[in-house]
Amino acid sequence: MALDGATLEVAPGEVHALVGQNGAGKSTLIKILTGYFRKDSGSVDFSGGPFEVASPRAAQEAGISTIFQEINLVPSRSVTENICLGRETRRFGLLHWAAMHKEAGHLLARFNMKVDVRRPLSDFSTANQQMIAIARAIAFDARLVVMDEPTSSLDERETAVLFDVIGGLKAEGISVVFVSHKLDELYEVCDRVTIMRDGRTVRSCAMTEIDKLELVSTMLGREVSRRDGHATAFDDSRTREPGKQLFRGEGLADGGHVRDVGFALRQNEIVGFAGLLGAGRTETARLIFGAVRAATGRMELDGAPFDPRSPIDAISAGIGYCTEDRKIEGIVPDMSVAENMMLALMPKLARAGILDETRQTEVVAGFIKSLGIKCSGPQQKIRELSGGNQQKVLLGRWLAMSPRLLILDEPTRGIDVGAKAEIQKLVNRLADEGLAVLMISSELEEVLEGADRLYVLREGLTVAELGRAEITEDRVLSAMAHGATEPRPAHV
Amino acid sequence: MSDRRIYAFLDRYATLIALALLILLNLAITPNFLSMQTLNVNLTQVCTIVIVAVGMTLVIATGGIDLSVGSLMAIAGALAPMIFMGKLFGIDSVGLAVAMAIVIAIGVAGVLGAFNGWLIARFGIQPIVATLVLFIAGRGIAQVLTNGNLQVFRVPEFQFIGLGRVFGLPFQVIIMAAIVIAAALMLRRTVFGRQILAVGGNENAAALSGVPVRRVKIAVYAISGLLSGLAGLIVIAINSASDANLVGLGMELDAIAAVAVGGTLLSGGRASIWGTLLGALTIQIVRYTLLANGVPDAAAMVVKAAIIIAAVWLQQKARTA
Repeated sequence: MALDGATLEVAPGEVHALVGQNGAGKSTLIKILTGYFRKDSGSVDFSGGPFEVASPRAAQEAGISTIFQEINLVPSRSVTENICLGRETRRFGLLHWAAMHKEAGHLLARFNMKVDVRRPLSDFSTANQQMIAIARAIAFDARLVVMDEPTSSLDERETAVLFDVIGGLKAEGISVVFVSHKLDELYEVCDRVTIMRDGRTVRSCAMTEIDKLELVSTMLGREVSRRDGHATAFDDSRTREPGKQLFRGEGLADGGHVRDVGFALRQNEIVGFAGLLGAGRTETARLIFGAVRAATGRMELDGAPFDPRSPIDAISAGIGYCTEDRKIEGIVPDMSVAENMMLALMPKLARAGILDETRQTEVVAGFIKSLGIKCSGPQQKIRELSGGNQQKVLLGRWLAMSPRLLILDEPTRGIDVGAKAEIQKLVNRLADEGLAVLMISSELEEVLEGADRLYVLREGLTVAELGRAEITEDRVLSAMAHGATEPRPAHV
Repeated sequence: MSDRRIYAFLDRYATLIALALLILLNLAITPNFLSMQTLNVNLTQVCTIVIVAVGMTLVIATGGIDLSVGSLMAIAGALAPMIFMGKLFGIDSVGLAVAMAIVIAIGVAGVLGAFNGWLIARFGIQPIVATLVLFIAGRGIAQVLTNGNLQVFRVPEFQFIGLGRVFGLPFQVIIMAAIVIAAALMLRRTVFGRQILAVGGNENAAALSGVPVRRVKIAVYAISGLLSGLAGLIVIAINSASDANLVGLGMELDAIAAVAVGGTLLSGGRASIWGTLLGALTIQIVRYTLLANGVPDAAAMVVKAAIIIAAVWLQQKARTA
C-alpha cells in the first residue's frame, strides 16, 4: 500500500506544488489521477463532476495530461507526429500532413518556439522536447497538466522558459501540478503546496504561508537541524589538508563538449566541477573513466601517463564512477541489491570464475549496515528501492572496490532530503579518510559547501579554479556565466 | 495486490503446474503412459530441443536472439559424416576419425556462433538481423558441402551419442542433463553468469561497472553455436543419416518457444535454465499427448502456439499487475 487517505485539491488556473520524500506516495497519487493505477477507495472530482479513468488515454481525453521526468514521446518521429499522435487530422481517409504541420507550428508558437516541425524529436534538446510534450498536452485540451520533476534535466535558462510557459498555462485557466525536489523552484512558480508523507497528505497551504525550513521539516516529519544558513550536510568547519596529487588532466578534449579541460585531483580532497548543463563536466568524467577516449590531451595517474581504453582499465587503476543517471547507467533493475552492489567487485572475489558467495554476502551485509540502506534484505530487487537507497547501493558498488579516486556525478539528484544529507556526510567522511573525490553537481550549494577546491567549466573549457576560501556564490556564478575574469590559473 | 501475488505465483510455477497437469491427464487417458518406453521416447525427442534451448536461454538473457541454431545444426550434421567417412582426409583409426569429426563439427558451429556474436558486439547489428545471415546462408553452406546429397552411414562408435545407453539411460539424455546442470550452475554461481544477466538487464550500467560487454556477447553466441553443433550431431546419429535440408529445420522456433514458456524474459536480464527445461518438456508432452491420442501433428502446433501465448501473457501480467 503506497497511499493511505491522501487528498489533493487543485483550483483552476493554479500551479500546485506536490512535494514529499521518495516513497511518500507522490508518484502513486499522480498515477491514479492519470489512469496508470486504480485506486482501492476514495474519489476524484474533476471540473465539477466525479471522474473515473481506466487508462492514461482516457485521462488524457478527459483533460488530464502528464509530463513525466523521462519524456515519453517517440524520439525517432517528427515533432508533428509526436504532437498529433492519437488525434491525427484526416482528409479523404488519409493523413492530412499539411494541416497537422501547421497546427503543430501554431501550438509551439504559443511558447515562442519556432522549430522545423518535420524534424525528428531526437534532434532537439531535452528542454525543447519538454516544451513539445507540453504542447502535446495542450493539444489535447488539457485542463490539468501534471509535471513530474520537469526541471531535473534543464539548465537555468531552459527552466526560466518552462516557467514562462507555466505562467501562460495559468493565464488560460489551466491548472498545473508541479512535482520537484528543488525548493527554490517551488517558491518561484507555485501558488499552493500539498506535502505528502508516508502515503498521506500532511499539509496543504499557500506557498506564502510556509517557509523553506518549515516545508522541509514537514516533509521529513521532524525538525531539521539547520546551522546558520547551511543547506547541505557538508561540514563547514572541516580542517583536512589535501594529500599528494593523484590525478592530473591537461588539455583534454573529446571532439565534442570537452574542448580544453585541465584539472588536478589530490588525496584527502573533494574537488568540485561546477558549470551549466553542456559545460562538459560529465563528458570529462567519462574521459577519466575510459568510457570515452580522449581525442587530445593527457592524463596522469600517480605521475605516470594514464590512457584508459575502457572502464575496465580505469576500474583496475582504482577509479570508481557513480553515474549521473541511475536508471539508465547505474542500476540493473532486475538484479538484487547484492548483485548490483557486487557487480564491479565480483570478479575479484571469485576463484576460477566461481563466485565466492559467502564473502559477497559479508561485504554486502556490511555496506547495507554502514550506508544505512533500507531494504528487506540483500536479495530484494533494486528496482523496488527508493532513489536514495538505490544511490547508496551504487555508492556501495564502488566503495567495495576500495577506490583511490571516486567520481560522483550528481550524487544527490532526485533523492529525498534525508538520504541526501546522509550521502553528503558520507562523501565528506570518505575524503577525510584519504579518498580523492571528484564531485559534479548542478546543485550549487552542494559544490559551494562541499568542495575543497572547485573548477568551473564553461562550454568545454576550464575557466576558473577556486580554493576553499575563494569559493563564493558570486565568483562561481560569474565564472559559469561569463568565464574567468582573471587569466586562467596554472594547474597545481 | 492479491491479484499481483496470484500472477507472480503463476508466473513462477505455471510451467511446473502445466507439466504436472499434463502428466495427470495422460495417466488418465493415454494407454501405457506409465512405462519406461514412454519416458525414453519423450526424453530422446526432447533432448536436442533442450540442448539448443539452453544456449538460446543464455543468448536471450543478454537481450539477444539466435535464429541461426537450426542452420548451424545442419552444418555440423553435414561436416561430421564427411570427416568420419574419410571424405575430407584419410584417417586410419575409426576412434580418431570419430573424435575428430565430433570436435571439428562442433568447433565449426562454435566459431560460426562467435561470428554471430562478433557482428552483434562489434558493429551493433540487431541480433535478429545478424543471426538471420547464418539462418539463411548456413543451410546453404551445409547443402554446398554435401552437394545436396543425403549422407547415410553406420558407424556405431559415432552413433553412440544418439543411440547408446549408459546405466539403461539414453546417452543423449545424460548429455542433456549434464548441460542443463552445468548451465544452471554457471548462470547462478559464476562471474560469467552474472555478467550475462547484467548485460541483458542494463548494458550501459554493466559496461560502466567493468563488465566486458562485447566479450560476454560473443561468448553466449559461441556457446549457442557449440550446443547447436552438438544437437546436430545427435540428430544425425539417431537417423543414421544426414540430410542438410532437414537437420535442425525449425529448431530456432522450438528453442525460442521452450525459453518463452519456461519464463525467461525475452527482453533479457532474467533467465531460468530449469524453466527452459520444463518449457521444452511441456511442449514435448503436449505434442506426445495429442499424437498418442490420434490428433495430427498439425493440430499439435496450434496447441503449442496457445501455450506460448499463455506463457507470455502470464509474464506480462506478473510484471504489470
